[in-house]
Amino acid sequence: MNDSRKFIIQLTTIGIGVVFLSRLFFLQILDKEYTYKAERISRRGVIQYPFRGLLKDRNGKTIVDNKTVIDLKIVPRDFVVKDTAFALELFSLEIEEFREKLRVAREYSPYQPSDFIKQMSLERFAAIQDQLVDFPGVEVSPRTIRFYPFASMANGLGYVSEISKNELSKDSSNYYSQGDYIGKSGLESMYEDYLRGKRGIEYFIVNKHGLKIDDFNGGESNIAAIEGDEVVTTIDAEMQQYGEWLMEGKQGSIIAIEPSSGEILSFVSAPTYNPQDLSGRQFGENFTALSVDSLKPLFNRPLMAQYRPGSIFKIIQSMVALQEGVITKDTRIRCNRSVIGCHGPHSNENLKGAITHSCNPYFHNVMRRVVNQKVSEDTYEDTSLGLDKWSKYIASFGLGSPLGVDLPNEKGGLVPNSAYYDRAYNNRPWKYSNIYSISIGEGENLVVPLQMANLAAIIANRGYYYTPHLVKGIGEAGKPLPKYAEKHFTMVDSAHFEIAVEAMAQVVRSGTGQYRAKLKNIEVCGKTGTVQNDPLPDHSVFIAFAPKVNPKIAVAVYVESAGQGARSAASIASLMIEKYLIGATERPRIEQYVRKGKFLN
Amino acid sequence: MLVILGWFNIYAAVYSDDVVLSIFDASQNSGRQFYFILVTIILLIAILTIDLKFFENFGIGFYIIFCLMLVSVLIFGKEINGAKSWFQIGPLGLQPSEFAKFSTALVLAKILSDHNVRLDKSEVLLKIAGIILFPVALILLQPDAGTALVFFAFVLVLFREGLTPVPIVLALVFGIVFILTLLVKDLYLYIGAFGLALLFFLLGKKTTKRGLYGLLGFFILAGMVYSFDFVFNKVLKERHQNRIMVLFDSELDPQGVGYNLYQSKLAIGSGGLTGKGYLKGTQTKGDFVPEQSTDFIFCTIGEEHGWIGSFFLIVLYVGLILRVIFLAERQKWRFVRVYGYSVACILLMHFALNISMTIGLFPVIGIPLPFFSYGGSSLWSFSILIFILIKLDAHRMQLLNR
Repeated sequence: MNDSRKFIIQLTTIGIGVVFLSRLFFLQILDKEYTYKAERISRRGVIQYPFRGLLKDRNGKTIVDNKTVIDLKIVPRDFVVKDTAFALELFSLEIEEFREKLRVAREYSPYQPSDFIKQMSLERFAAIQDQLVDFPGVEVSPRTIRFYPFASMANGLGYVSEISKNELSKDSSNYYSQGDYIGKSGLESMYEDYLRGKRGIEYFIVNKHGLKIDDFNGGESNIAAIEGDEVVTTIDAEMQQYGEWLMEGKQGSIIAIEPSSGEILSFVSAPTYNPQDLSGRQFGENFTALSVDSLKPLFNRPLMAQYRPGSIFKIIQSMVALQEGVITKDTRIRCNRSVIGCHGPHSNENLKGAITHSCNPYFHNVMRRVVNQKVSEDTYEDTSLGLDKWSKYIASFGLGSPLGVDLPNEKGGLVPNSAYYDRAYNNRPWKYSNIYSISIGEGENLVVPLQMANLAAIIANRGYYYTPHLVKGIGEAGKPLPKYAEKHFTMVDSAHFEIAVEAMAQVVRSGTGQYRAKLKNIEVCGKTGTVQNDPLPDHSVFIAFAPKVNPKIAVAVYVESAGQGARSAASIASLMIEKYLIGATERPRIEQYVRKGKFLN
Repeated sequence: MLVILGWFNIYAAVYSDDVVLSIFDASQNSGRQFYFILVTIILLIAILTIDLKFFENFGIGFYIIFCLMLVSVLIFGKEINGAKSWFQIGPLGLQPSEFAKFSTALVLAKILSDHNVRLDKSEVLLKIAGIILFPVALILLQPDAGTALVFFAFVLVLFREGLTPVPIVLALVFGIVFILTLLVKDLYLYIGAFGLALLFFLLGKKTTKRGLYGLLGFFILAGMVYSFDFVFNKVLKERHQNRIMVLFDSELDPQGVGYNLYQSKLAIGSGGLTGKGYLKGTQTKGDFVPEQSTDFIFCTIGEEHGWIGSFFLIVLYVGLILRVIFLAERQKWRFVRVYGYSVACILLMHFALNISMTIGLFPVIGIPLPFFSYGGSSLWSFSILIFILIKLDAHRMQLLNR
């Protein structure tokens, strides 16, 4: 009886089995979505950060290093404190701080590690390591931060910090992700692509609390991190430190270049700061403090501070005039102080004398000869054509546009041309009498200290330069960027430079530089500059190179509001030359004079 | 005797899988499950040695004992996951609702074994309904909807024993209309119901009587739609609504109400054809799937052994149930047949509901997979269920002579 009902029940049973199997067939075999999503939930990739490349100085000393610090993390679920007083002492925490950290960690996750003590030094960690076994739930997580053995050249090196939202959105390579560290300024930013290395990734299988339970795929999908390239700079670390020591309490720049290569030996921006302040846990507060500092320690003066060139500009004027053939080295011009003011006892100098004595009327006249060569009958047009030719000459000395040093934010200064004055005079006519102050390096001209150092190198080289740069070797290849191996010639023949060299030698031998820039065994060639800075005292400027024959170093020094170039700037420049060529100064009196810093009367 | 051996083989397979699976679920659970199995074997030996008359006559005693326990568990029970279903005796938890199943089956069998009992008499039906619904009511008070639902397996048994199919057909219609109310706009349903009624009227003789039936049918359907809608939206709490809605939209709130189902489907779905390999399930090992050693144990099979493993398991269960039905059918004594059908239908209910919920065909309710899920009470209960049947079956020749 009821046989059909027996079948109905049997069929129902089989039917349910079939429905399950077909549903499972769909879930497990046809729909790949689940496999993908499950992997996304249970597989976690942990980024392996590579060691950032080190920076060395020209003598192989490490100037930017990586230091391992220890982050202690706690897993609240496992963290048990038996003796709170002991814990407070061990971790040097206040009770409120301790409770707050625990609270924040618990709120974040009871299972996942939260930061507890950040960036503990290895020494300190070693001291407390043995006691840590009493604290279950404490995880030790080492990481590296930048460390600066010389604590110098902060503005040149730049700093590394977490990538900003803005930078992240601009990152077209999609290399970075939030929380990554990136070189923010200086060499760290310029050579970011080499220094950063290549990130790796390790895949784990995690449980629902995000804790690792196993390697994914036996670790075969992992990608090892590749260390960043080592970058060898052109800096002489000891000389750099010495320069910063000399500039303490002052504002300005020291740039020293090796003329034969364009390698920058020293790159001092004053006031400066300890680069260590922007590495590590106090980054935020230190950065804020530095950026509101009225002396602007973050302002990279060698590249960004634009000054008028002052008397030093007269050397370039001479070279241009000689090349144009409008004067010879024997041309004498009367020092007519009714046209333009002058200083010192001289009346009718030849070119060398005019450079040595920095004769204003002489160069007023020289530039007129360059600009107004009667190419056109119309004085206005003649001036305009002449000025454009002149500004091309000046540009060939590396002025008026950024040189292309391997640092960000380099300013170009200004070399006026006819278009500039047309704009300035609103297309009303102008002629030489309107613009003559540029002839002595005042007026509209603007330069940055690096360009002045490069000018010293040009004269030292008798007419050419290599673009100044801070890096001489990247990674294993050990070569600088190719653009720094290119020789740039000025538009002035090499032969004409001898007179500039002679004049600069005389400045130091018997002119304005003789008191504080003359050295016993080394023939220094230099030129003082005193840049007007109303209403504050003038800026003190000095450019120099040494020795006269086969120069090894060219240097430019700017000291803001420090009066005549012959005083502070000349002293500092000569001390830097001594430091580089001899190793230390033989004139402690000058060193004390600079350290004292009282340059005004 | 061969049959019994075959049975043991099936059990051996199921059992050993059980142990193995549990080992990695949690060392504690697996260890305890091992002891549960040892106790089970002792229970089984006891069952096989006890005289069969005992089961026939003492079924009602069991029933009363377990109903009393169900009452007292409401008072003294320990609350786990919001339900008072457990007696805590030392380290062990005991779940009387599990044991209520077999005692109810015995009582039912005893009543139906009387040849004078016919299932079209209303007083008989009332009596049976009372016997089934009393423990159901007690279990619902815990509340434990899953276990309560299992008792409706007995309706299938009654169906086999001559109950009219009307309740089952009605239940099916209810179910279909209910699902439609959730998925389709009410207006279309009203139109559809009207269309059906019209079709019914037009296809037959166009008599007034037929028209009235059609109209009645329309109103019943429309009333069902309206009341389901009302119950779902007004009576059910949002929590319950979501549990049902999750079935139709697997991405619904995967962190909240949909979490269990979503994780369960991910685990099973990621198993593929052959699975990730024994002990290599990432989702189950990572504790993503909740209750994975008890109610969601099927995820482990699905993930680690893939479709092939699931196939094997499902065939095993279907085979087991069909085997039980076969055993039941060959009984001459109605008591054993009814009991056998009860066993088959309880197994079917557990198997169907448990796997349905893990793969998203049924709302998530707590109900174990027979012999697989961790838990002493459920293991013992199923073992007792089946071995009483084996015992009874072994004596069928002897019974024939009565």
